[in-house]
Formats: sequence, C-alpha cells, structure tokens
Amino acid sequence: MTKPMGTKTLTAIAVAACAFAAPAMADESASLVVNGEIDMVTRTAAPAHISDVMDEINSGWLYRSDETQALQTDDFDNPGMIFVDQALETWDQVDGSEGKSCASCHDDVEGSMAGVRAVYPKWNETAGEVRTLAHQINDCRENQMGAEKWKYTGGKMTAMEALISVQSRGMPVNVAIDGPAQATWEKGKEMYYTRTGQLELSCANCHEDNYGNMIRADHLSQGQINGFPVYRLKNTKLNNAHARFKGCVRDTRAETYKPGGSDFVALELYVASRGNGLSVEAPSVRN
Amino acid sequence: MKLTSLTLAAALFGGAALAGEVGPKEVAFTEDGAIEASLTGTAGDAANGAIIMGTKSKGNCVACHEITALADVPFHGEVGPLMDGAGDRWTEAELRGLVANAKMTFEGTMMPAFYKMDGFIRPGDAYTGKAPTEALTPILTAQEIEDVVAFLVTLKDE
Repeated sequence: MTKPMGTKTLTAIAVAACAFAAPAMADESASLVVNGEIDMVTRTAAPAHISDVMDEINSGWLYRSDETQALQTDDFDNPGMIFVDQALETWDQVDGSEGKSCASCHDDVEGSMAGVRAVYPKWNETAGEVRTLAHQINDCRENQMGAEKWKYTGGKMTAMEALISVQSRGMPVNVAIDGPAQATWEKGKEMYYTRTGQLELSCANCHEDNYGNMIRADHLSQGQINGFPVYRLKNTKLNNAHARFKGCVRDTRAETYKPGGSDFVALELYVASRGNGLSVEAPSVRN
Repeated sequence: MKLTSLTLAAALFGGAALAGEVGPKEVAFTEDGAIEASLTGTAGDAANGAIIMGTKSKGNCVACHEITALADVPFHGEVGPLMDGAGDRWTEAELRGLVANAKMTFEGTMMPAFYKMDGFIRPGDAYTGKAPTEALTPILTAQEIEDVVAFLVTLKDE
C-alpha cells in the first residue's frame, strides 16, 4: 500500500506555499537507481514480524527533497563517498603491534566484505552476544591488529562502516531475529515502544504512527536504518545509527543511552529488522 | 522583568509552585481530564499565549498542530489535529486540562504534558541528553499554561 498524501497534507502545503516559504517536499513515488546501475528497493512489503502494524516499509530516501534525493543517485555527487575513499586507504594501512592492516587478513574489501553489512547486527557465537559492525571493526583492531580502538561514533569508524557497507549496496537487509539473537531483539522491540523523557515519546510515536506527516519543518520517515552510516547535510559528516539514535532520544528530553552500549545494540537490531527487505543504501544522503 | 523574577523564583524554590499557584502535583483533574480552576488566579494573556504556541523553546505547539491564526509562524506540523475552532469544540476547563496533561483526557495520546514534573522514564536535563542534576520543572509555567488557554478559547470557527 502506498501511503497517499492526505487532504490534510495538501491543505498544509497550500497554506505553507501561500503564507511563507514551504519546506521542500519529497517525491514519495520516485525510484532510486545509483550510478545508473544499482536498483535500490526503497519500498517493499513489510517483514512478517511487523505486518500487524504496517503493510509497506519505506526507505528514508523517499521522504527527502528532490535535491537531497538526487545527491544519492551518483557517487560523484554523494558527499559520503569521500569518506569511503578515505577508508579504502585505511584498509591497506598497517596499524598496531601486530604489523597488520585490514587487508592482511581480509584481502580486497570488494570480495571479502560483500554481503556483510546486510546481516548486521549479528549474533557472535564466540562472544556470546549480538555485535554491531562497528563492534566487529574494533574487535579486529584490538585483538587482531593490536591497535587502538576507534571512538564508536567517530569519523574513522563511520568511514570504515561506510566502506564495508558499500560492498553490500543493493542487497536486501536481512538481519536474523530468531535463535540466539531473539532475546536481544525482544529487548530492542521493548525500547522501540518505550516513551522516554519529559516529552514522553517513543520511536513508534513518530516513525510508526506518523511517518509521512510533517513535524514542524521535518518530514517524518519510518526511521529505517538501511542507509546508515548516513551523510547528513545538517552536520556534513557520516553518522552511524547509534549517533542518530542518541540524537532522537535526546530530543525527547531524555537521558540518552550510550553509543556502542548494549541498549543501543538491541535497538539497532530491532530497527534494522523492521527494514528487512530494503536495500543496503549506505552511505545514504539525508538532511 | 517578569522572566527574571520567574527564573529567580525557580532557582529559589526548585519545582515548587509560586505562592497562590497550583503546582504540577496539586492539579485537580476532573474525571474527563479537565481542570476547572485557574492555575494562578490571574487571567491569561492571550497575546502571550499565541507567542508561546509559536515559539520553539516554549510550547512549540505548531510543531504538531496547524493553527491558521498563527500563519505568520513558519512550518506548522500535521501530527495533531488542526487547532482552528478549538474554542468552539472545548470549554476553557477542558482546554486547560489538555494543555497541562492531555493524557488525562486521551489515554495514550502522543501529546506531551506541559505541566508535569515527574513520573517520566529516563528524564533528561532539557535537550542535553544528560541526566538531570536537579528536580525537573514543567515545560510551561502555570501562568504560561493560562496564557495558552486564553489564546485557545479565542479560536472560534466564526
């Protein structure tokens, strides 16, 4: 089901257009093809585990203005690709006490990392916990390379996440929510519906009950994270999911959770699972 | 002048209500979620109420509600219902209850409570993302609630 623009929305646009500068409206029916060759699935049937609350899942790309949408259609226009190039250099650089680079074990990123981003966060049997891609990167640095861990939301980390994600562009997100990951997924689901802060808002209030609606000048999306890490025009850098979660929780006038901590790992797994079936888009471009 | 004295009062008394005011924890809601009596005993200032509703750091009501009377304030949201005619649809007491804590009228509503200071999950120190170091204060003061209500009752269809 395509969510049509209601009369209310059209009225609001008309009022906005007459009275003052209107916020740039998105073309919610556009289709995303990157570099003329990667067909992105930006709308598809909701996975079974959320089919009771929505019929269709939509990429956040659909809710952005025409200009912002266009930036993601060509890697030469996508500012996030600059950081991907930087991480490609890092991939081959030796760092730490073991004299290794990423490439020492993983060879070419194109071959070794294809499909990885699509299944993260993922249960790690050895660690006995669900791990994010960022956790795995730091695990490699610390335990394989003997190198310093990167800051969870820092630029080195988001760039490396983006480089690895690019190798899965166009593949469907497919995180596992059953088996050993189920308890973490359940915890994330509970967080998604918990109304935090002095404003008492849950993720669901905006991103399940009100996607497609304007909140002030912002066009609410479903809060999908298939495009993360995302280049935001607002802060002109790549942002990973935990950094964005932190901003959202903060905006409910709440005490946030810690990026990289077990709470946000659970939330990331749950939110990622709501996008099972959408294409990996990273690095996406948003406002 | 007024703002300074309010800030001073808040500093001196924390979340406690000013003399003669009904504090957030003393508010008497009717069974249907209305508040019959003024929170301050001082008539609301409708003009100031309009400013509060359109100001991001105050009520920011336009973030979610479209209000034709505030058309000069940019970007009205569409999350909540249109406010035009609110003064016809609701009594002053009902409007006071809705602004102070709409959940007393509509269980589970998304609308934040503007005159409530505890009972929150992971409350933060305003928009810092950090834990508060002292008791929270309501988002709006008692008089600001009265000012907003005074403006809302003027929103008549004709």
